[in-house]
Amino acid sequence: MASDQATTPPPPPPPEIQSHDLPKVIVLHPPPVFNYFKDLFSKKFHLLKAWESPLPRHEFLTNHAHSVQAMLCSGTGPPISADILRLLPSLRLVVTTSAGLNHIDLTECRNRGISIANAGEVFSEDVADLAVGLLIDVFRKISASDRYVRHGLWATKGDYPLGSKLGGKRIGIVGLGSIGFQVAKRLEAFGCNISYNSRKRKDFVSYPFYTNVCELAANSDVLIICCGLTEQTRHMINREVLLALGKEGVIVNIGRGAIIHEKELVQCLVQGEIGGAGLDVFENEPDVPKELFELDNVVLAPHMAVFTTESFKDLCDLMIGNLEAFFSKKPLLSLVMNE
Amino acid sequence: MESIGVLMPIPMNSYLEQELQKRYNLFKLWTAPQKPQFIKEHADSIRAVVGNASAGADAELIEALPRLEIVSSFSVGVDKIDLAKCREKGIRVTNTPDVLTEDVADLAIGLILAVLRRLCESDRYVRSGKWKKGDYKLTTKFSGKTVGIIGLGRIGMAVAKRAEAFNCPICYYTRTEKSDMKYKYYPSVVELASNCQILVVACPLTEETRHIVNREVMNALGPKGVLINIGRGPHVDEPELVSALIEGRLGGAGLDVYEHEPEVPEELFGLENVVLLPHVGSATVETRKDMADLVLGNLEAHFSNKPLLTPLV
Repeated sequence: MASDQATTPPPPPPPEIQSHDLPKVIVLHPPPVFNYFKDLFSKKFHLLKAWESPLPRHEFLTNHAHSVQAMLCSGTGPPISADILRLLPSLRLVVTTSAGLNHIDLTECRNRGISIANAGEVFSEDVADLAVGLLIDVFRKISASDRYVRHGLWATKGDYPLGSKLGGKRIGIVGLGSIGFQVAKRLEAFGCNISYNSRKRKDFVSYPFYTNVCELAANSDVLIICCGLTEQTRHMINREVLLALGKEGVIVNIGRGAIIHEKELVQCLVQGEIGGAGLDVFENEPDVPKELFELDNVVLAPHMAVFTTESFKDLCDLMIGNLEAFFSKKPLLSLVMNE
Repeated sequence: MESIGVLMPIPMNSYLEQELQKRYNLFKLWTAPQKPQFIKEHADSIRAVVGNASAGADAELIEALPRLEIVSSFSVGVDKIDLAKCREKGIRVTNTPDVLTEDVADLAIGLILAVLRRLCESDRYVRSGKWKKGDYKLTTKFSGKTVGIIGLGRIGMAVAKRAEAFNCPICYYTRTEKSDMKYKYYPSVVELASNCQILVVACPLTEETRHIVNREVMNALGPKGVLINIGRGPHVDEPELVSALIEGRLGGAGLDVYEHEPEVPEELFGLENVVLLPHVGSATVETRKDMADLVLGNLEAHFSNKPLLTPLV
């Protein structure tokens, strides 16, 4: 009987169980990186996974996230609206796995003093590579003629129709940020001529600058959409811009679907008002206008510009790095500065 | 003045045919029910042959055309022309260098991106409705990967220049090391393949370079390596390529050329790490016109006793 009092205290549970000691991060919806690297996050942070709870979201947040200071989000999942932010009175940081910020109520964050960290430039190269890949594919009919060969038509129907030369073409880049600049640098090596439209003229390049996108289109053979989605850029690429681009013109979109007026784009393509399109993004993903499936001069990608193992690993490291910096009161790695 | 006979073995470009018809007496061999007879019938007047990557002038044809003076190829590769025989008989040979360099190099990069980033596969993914069920998987980054080039001529250099814009380190193999070259040289194709992630074939097809990419090279390139062939089909041992891809010993391939065009090994049709193009390296409206003009220009120069524009022999 005396032995009961004399027992040594039990050994502490192994670290994995003590997640409640780890800093808390609220996650409303799993970002795509979780499919591959969730463990790297759960080792370092106590993830409050709203999507796994049977409670409706606002109840979950009210009951469990009152003291949470940091959120991890992505372009998928619910927009980080003022309503959601109001249920998180202690929130000081939103970390998004995207470069884009259009899913976050930036005004509310600014008013509350909530910092935002995004993907920075971590996948600018991969996105630029995809833009160039889509462009070459449309010009040289790569996907269309790969289909042709796989259907056995080369032997029976003869050569595939000729494509179009990329060298010497005038490329109009819409948005000369990190991604736009990487696209420009690549296409220069193909002998293309670069011009751009951006919110502000950039001093570090000597490419011709156009103040409005319609004028850029009128002086370009190709438009590549590399800007973010904002109130100003929503439906910025409309019928007028597409007609200015012209019947031989090609448009590539690796920004956000809603930057282009999708109905008008489809109409222009179907009616032959523009020459072709390479699209990684759409207004209502994963829905894609079925009229596009009939067209050989269109190349379609499932919003995959950042979906490489290299980018995902780099992104993961950056997101974790930002959260660790925040919790140890160090400067964030990819803080979004207000412009 | 007698009309100059020009023989074209297969159709290749309607603009070229039209222009040849305007200036010469064009004999379209593919329209003849009996080819040897057709050749015999017109041999007396045929002084030029216009060939391309698929059909040129072999020893048999050259022997059958005693009045042949010039073979003007609508291509840069002349592996379908018996150059030795032409030299022996004093027959001039021209090709179409430079005008197609950019297009071929552009296509090499396009193939690299299509294979690594699965452009064709994911276009299929969207069109088949699969995107509604879930995201496509992760693919592989191109920027920064080491690119190895077999042959550093015009096309090889143009591929290197483009790959450099993607921050790719460049290495190469040629018969002899080039002086003053900033890219790393490897004295054998196997060593090159062991030290790069993307291998591009960009050399001419000769006796020495036939099957230059063989089983050993493909194994050295490895399960994460990608082969891009924008040269000639016979540069690559095709049956070995098929088994290397099916067995996973080679990571992927982007092919514009094959050993027996237009036949393409059907075993490749089901593979998602392969992109198959129907020999379109120079197939743009702009370049084919430039190539045709070069053929016409060479013929015109020859028949007016002026220096040839782009002679090989």
